[in-house]
Amino acid sequence: MKYALLVHHTPEHFDNRNNAAALAAGRAYGEALQAAGVFVGGGGLESPRAATTVSIRDGKRQVQDGPYAESKEYLAGFGIIDVPDLDAALEWAARHPAASYASIEVRPLLGSHFSSAEKKSS
Amino acid sequence: MSETGAHVAVEAAVRNSYGRLIAYLAARSGDVAAAEDALGDALVAALRRWPEEGVPRQPEAWLLQAARNRLIDAARHDEVRRRSEETVHRIADQARQLAESQGGFPDERLKLLFVCAHPAIDPASRTPLMLQTVLGIDAAQIASAFLVSPAAMSQRLVRAKTKIRDAGIPFRVPDPADESERISFVLDAIYSAYTAGWDRAGDAGSALYGLAAEAVALGRTLVELMPAEPEARGLLALMLHCEARRDARYSASGAFIPLDQQDTSRWQRPMIDEAEAHLRTAATENRIGRYQLEAAIQSIHAERAVRGSTDWPQIVLLYEGLLQISPGIGSEVSRAVALAKADRLPEGLAALDAIPEERIVSYQPYWAARGHLLQWLGRQESALAALTRAASLTDDPAQREYLFRRAAECQ
Repeated sequence: MKYALLVHHTPEHFDNRNNAAALAAGRAYGEALQAAGVFVGGGGLESPRAATTVSIRDGKRQVQDGPYAESKEYLAGFGIIDVPDLDAALEWAARHPAASYASIEVRPLLGSHFSSAEKKSS
Repeated sequence: MSETGAHVAVEAAVRNSYGRLIAYLAARSGDVAAAEDALGDALVAALRRWPEEGVPRQPEAWLLQAARNRLIDAARHDEVRRRSEETVHRIADQARQLAESQGGFPDERLKLLFVCAHPAIDPASRTPLMLQTVLGIDAAQIASAFLVSPAAMSQRLVRAKTKIRDAGIPFRVPDPADESERISFVLDAIYSAYTAGWDRAGDAGSALYGLAAEAVALGRTLVELMPAEPEARGLLALMLHCEARRDARYSASGAFIPLDQQDTSRWQRPMIDEAEAHLRTAATENRIGRYQLEAAIQSIHAERAVRGSTDWPQIVLLYEGLLQISPGIGSEVSRAVALAKADRLPEGLAALDAIPEERIVSYQPYWAARGHLLQWLGRQESALAALTRAASLTDDPAQREYLFRRAAECQ
């Protein structure tokens, strides 16, 4: 099954995550995912201040700076992994370097359990 | 064969193997709700056909085959699930082979118990989920036992089953490294069913009364599935000790009788003996745990039937051990009472005084214990206040009446 690991940071952590140690830990984690053959994709995200929002309303494209909605936590990065089941996904989430101070949301990709039922029951 | 005969046969098959059939089907598809639907339809088919065709030689195998047919139909008719059809077919083949073979089908209930008590499942859903999937108790009955509306309980159960399927929670007994924590979730979920039933044991008409018995049934299942797990036996022993005293907790007129004043001839000896046997077997594993300690405390209370008195100093020691491995306000309060009973009354009161205020504001057992200790110390005025507070915090009418009676003695 494919799972998204969504890393949520508080604003304080968000601003302090670009130090050398954090970057090295993040790189090492990505390498570990690849070495295990479970890495599908992912990466860190710039601040919401760098974000632009697009929507189409009444056939018209609307482009907006932001979002600037006040929030207690921001999405700071994501990874997609392909593992047999939730327990394996939770194992990987627990190894994420940010798990010790931020929270990692583990969410299955839509419909993922159907396509990998084969693997699960073997 | 009559319709009634078929009904009896279906009921017997369900009683003996509902949980095993659900666990078998769900462990292979990862979908508890689909397994329940399929088995439900198989049971309806059995009620229709067994009166004409007679009860099959292997009713479980027949039900398993019927359920597999239903799973295939469901996969065909459900656009979204079409991709899983291949899996379903493989399950169906396995089911057919099992039905044709003479042996039974594998028992996957332990995996199902671990799924129900998985850390990714909302703790409030774990016990109801076990009761429904492993014992086959219907949602309305579970709802009334947990004092929520049937609609709310159904929703909670549906959400949990959807989570199991969509999140890909594996049907697997955890590896030994994670095992002890994961087992504690299973044990806690079973014990919480028991305590919910125990608190209202006085009202024989309530659904909670039956819940305690169902919890014991889950405990037995767990011991059967994990015979070498000492904490599973400890939990069963604890529940059996409490069950043995169920009738003795209330007088003929329904008045509450505290443990140390109960008529021991009204305790159920066979249950006590069974509890003791489990506790002895558990001890041979040399792995002490919370439930074994709690059962050992109840075991000392049970000795009063033979010795005529209670070894309170021993109970103090056991609570101290319990507080070491599983700290909790319940044990702190019980230890304080045991100290008082062991002729260490001032120490008992000091232990109660040491518990932080915010933890005891509405904790009923604390106020009951405090009231009793103050009464024994002759501090009638403070005792009256504590007992009145305890009475106002209980939802058991018999306990309330008992506490008000004790409070009246202070005046």
